[in-house]
Amino acid sequence: MIDRFTIGRRALLGGAAGAAALGLTGGADAQKPLVIGFIYVGPRDDYGYNQAHAEAAAILKKMPGLKVQEEEKVPETVAVEKTMESMINLDGATLVFPTSFGYFDPYMLKVAGKYPKIQFRHCGGLWTEGKHPMNTGSYFGYIDEAQYISGIVAGMTTKSGKLGFVAAKPIPQVLRNINAFTLGAQSVNPKITTQVIFTGDWALPVKEAEATNSMIAQGVDAVACHVDSPKVVIETAERAGIFTCGYHCNQAKLAPKGYLTGAEWNWERVYVGFVESLKANKPLENFVRGGLKEGYVRTSAYGPAVSAAAKEKADAAKTAILNGSLAIYKGALKDNKGNTVIPAGTSYVITEPKLESMNYLVEGVVGSTS
Amino acid sequence: MTAVVERIAVPTLALLASAVLFGLLLAIYARVDPLEAFALMYQGAFGTWFSWQNTLTRAAPLILTALCTALPARMGLIIIGNEGALVMGGVAAAAAGVAVIDAPAPVVQLAMAVAAMIVGGLWIALAGALRQWRGVNETISSLLLTYIAIALMNHFVEGPLRDPSSLNKPSTWPIGDQNMIGTITGTDVHWGLVLGIVACLIVYVWMRFTTWGFALQVIGGNPKTARMMGLDVGRYVLLACGAGGAMAGLAGMVEVAAIHGRANASLAVGYGYSGILVSFLARHHPLAIVPVSILLGGIGASGGLLQRRLDLPDAAVVVLQGILFVAILASETLYGRLWKPKEAA
Repeated sequence: MIDRFTIGRRALLGGAAGAAALGLTGGADAQKPLVIGFIYVGPRDDYGYNQAHAEAAAILKKMPGLKVQEEEKVPETVAVEKTMESMINLDGATLVFPTSFGYFDPYMLKVAGKYPKIQFRHCGGLWTEGKHPMNTGSYFGYIDEAQYISGIVAGMTTKSGKLGFVAAKPIPQVLRNINAFTLGAQSVNPKITTQVIFTGDWALPVKEAEATNSMIAQGVDAVACHVDSPKVVIETAERAGIFTCGYHCNQAKLAPKGYLTGAEWNWERVYVGFVESLKANKPLENFVRGGLKEGYVRTSAYGPAVSAAAKEKADAAKTAILNGSLAIYKGALKDNKGNTVIPAGTSYVITEPKLESMNYLVEGVVGSTS
Repeated sequence: MTAVVERIAVPTLALLASAVLFGLLLAIYARVDPLEAFALMYQGAFGTWFSWQNTLTRAAPLILTALCTALPARMGLIIIGNEGALVMGGVAAAAAGVAVIDAPAPVVQLAMAVAAMIVGGLWIALAGALRQWRGVNETISSLLLTYIAIALMNHFVEGPLRDPSSLNKPSTWPIGDQNMIGTITGTDVHWGLVLGIVACLIVYVWMRFTTWGFALQVIGGNPKTARMMGLDVGRYVLLACGAGGAMAGLAGMVEVAAIHGRANASLAVGYGYSGILVSFLARHHPLAIVPVSILLGGIGASGGLLQRRLDLPDAAVVVLQGILFVAILASETLYGRLWKPKEAA
C-alpha cells in the first residue's frame, strides 16, 4: 500500500505540467476557478436557440469551482474572434463554447490555432478528425427525432389535416426538421400536408408573423417552426386559437392553451459532461452527438390540448426510437416533386451521413427549397 | 484660431455630456457603479495591447463605410445605403477572386478590390442618378437599395455562386488562403485599417486641394449658383456618390479578403449602418473619421466586457452610441455661440 503514495518528484512535476498544459492549474486550487466562456449570436432570453444554451450555462453557474462568462448578440464575423480572445486574455477562460453554427469556420478555427492550450467546443457537427485541431471539437443533437414526435402529436390534434412550418432557410438541418415533423404526422394520418414558408433568415420577426398569419388564413390549424426565436410564431398562433409545437426550448408559457409539445435541446447534458471531463483531468471529447436516447434532445411536456390517444401514439414512437426499432427516414420515400429519394427497402439510421446533405422536402410538404 | 479651438471644444463637450448621461443611466437604471463601468470600458478598449488591436480591428471597416456617407455629404446629399454597397462589393469581390483564383495573390487581390469598388460605386451612383434625373429622395432610395442588395446577396450565395459543400451556412466558393490580405506585421490587425486611413487622406486632399473637391462644396452650398457657374451638377452627383459607394464596396472586399475568405450572410452585420453614425459624428470630415471610428471601435470592443463583468445587456453600448449621436447633433447649435469673436469688438 505504501508504494501507491510514494510518487516520485518527476511524476509530480510531470503531472503538474500536464495540468498546466490543459489550463487546469486551478483544478486543485480552490482560489482559482475554472473559467468557461459562452458566446451567443442573439439575445440570451430569446425563448429559442440562444436561451436553450443560456439555460444550460445557468446550470453550470451553480456548480462549484466554475466561473461562467457569457456574451450575447455576437455576430458571425471578426467580432466573435475578438470575443473569444477577450475571454481568454482578459477573463482567463480555458474552455470556450461559441454556440452559433456560423462561428466555426474560419473564426473559431483561427483563434484555436492561435491559442493551442485553450479548449474550444462548437455547437454543430462540423469537427472532422485529422482536418481540424485537437483543441477544438463539436457537439450536436439529432433534434429531428423530437420533431418527429411533435409531428405525431400535431397529426393527432389537427382537424383540418393542414399543418404549417415556418422555417428560416432551406439548409439541410432545417429540411431534416420539416421532413421529420411531416413524416411523424403522416405516420398517424398519411393524408396530412405541411405548408412550409421560408422567411430567408434566422431572426425576422415581422416575416415570421406574416407567414404564420397567412398559414392560418389557409386553414392550417397547427404550426411548428425552425427560426432562432419561435416566440413570434407561437404567440401569433396562440392569439388565433390554433395549436403550436415549440422548438429549441420550452415555449409553453407563451401559449398556455395551444402548446402541444416541442423539440427541445438539452445542452446541460453536453456541458456538464465536458466540465466533468475537464475537472477529472481527462482529455475533452472532440465529437459528441446524440438524440433522444443520449438525452441531448428532449420533448416538451404535453400541453392541455393533447388527447390521451395522441399521447399514447407519441409515447409509443418515443419508446421505439429509444430502443432503435423505429427509423424516421426509410424507403420508399418520395420528395414533393415525385422523385424517389430513399429507395424501397432502404432505411437510414439517424446518424446516416447522407442525411447531413438533405436537399429535398418529402411528399406532402407544400413548398419549395428554391 | 478660435475656429480650431471651437472645433475641438464642441465635440469634446458633447462627448463629456454623453459620458455623464450614460453614467447616470448606468447608476440609476442599471444600478451599476458608473466609474467601474468606465474603467472596464477603458480596459476593454484601450487598456491592453490586445484591447487596442481589438479596437483597431473593429474600427477598420467603419472608416471605409463612413466615407460612403461623408463624400456625398460634401455636396449636401444624405446617403445611408452604405450597408448595401458593402454587401454588393463583398459579393463582387468574392466572385472576382474565385474567377481568377490561380493568378498571383496581388493580382487576385487587385481584381477583387477593383470589382468591389466598381460594383459598390455603381450601387450608390444609382441612388445619385435617381435623385438627379428622377427627383427621388436619395436617403430613402439608398436605404431601400440596401434591402435589395441583401436579397441579391442571398440569391447569389444560395444560388449561382454557392459552394455546394457549404451545407448549413450557404457561402460562395472560398478565395483561397493564399489570396487573403493578412495582418499588419507584428499585429493582429488586418491591412484594411491602413487602406481606410489612406483612403481618408486621399479624400481629404481631393476635397481640399483640387477644383473637383471645390466644385462639390460649391454645389453643396447652392446647386443653382453652381449650375449658373456652368458646373455639370449631374456629373458631380454621380462622381461623389460613386466614389462613396466605391469606398463601402472596398470595405466589403476587405471583409471577404481579410476575415471571411468567402462571401456569405456575415457581410450584412451592420458595418454600413455604423458608418453612417461615424460620418455624422465626424461631421463628414475625412480626417475626423479615423479617430471617431477608433472611438466607436473601442466602444464595440468594450461591450463584451460590460456584459461579462457587470451583467449588462448588449444594448448598453447601443444606448451609449445613441446618446453620442444625439449629443453631437445637438452640439451643432453651439458653433459660434461659445465665444464672441473678439476681432469684431
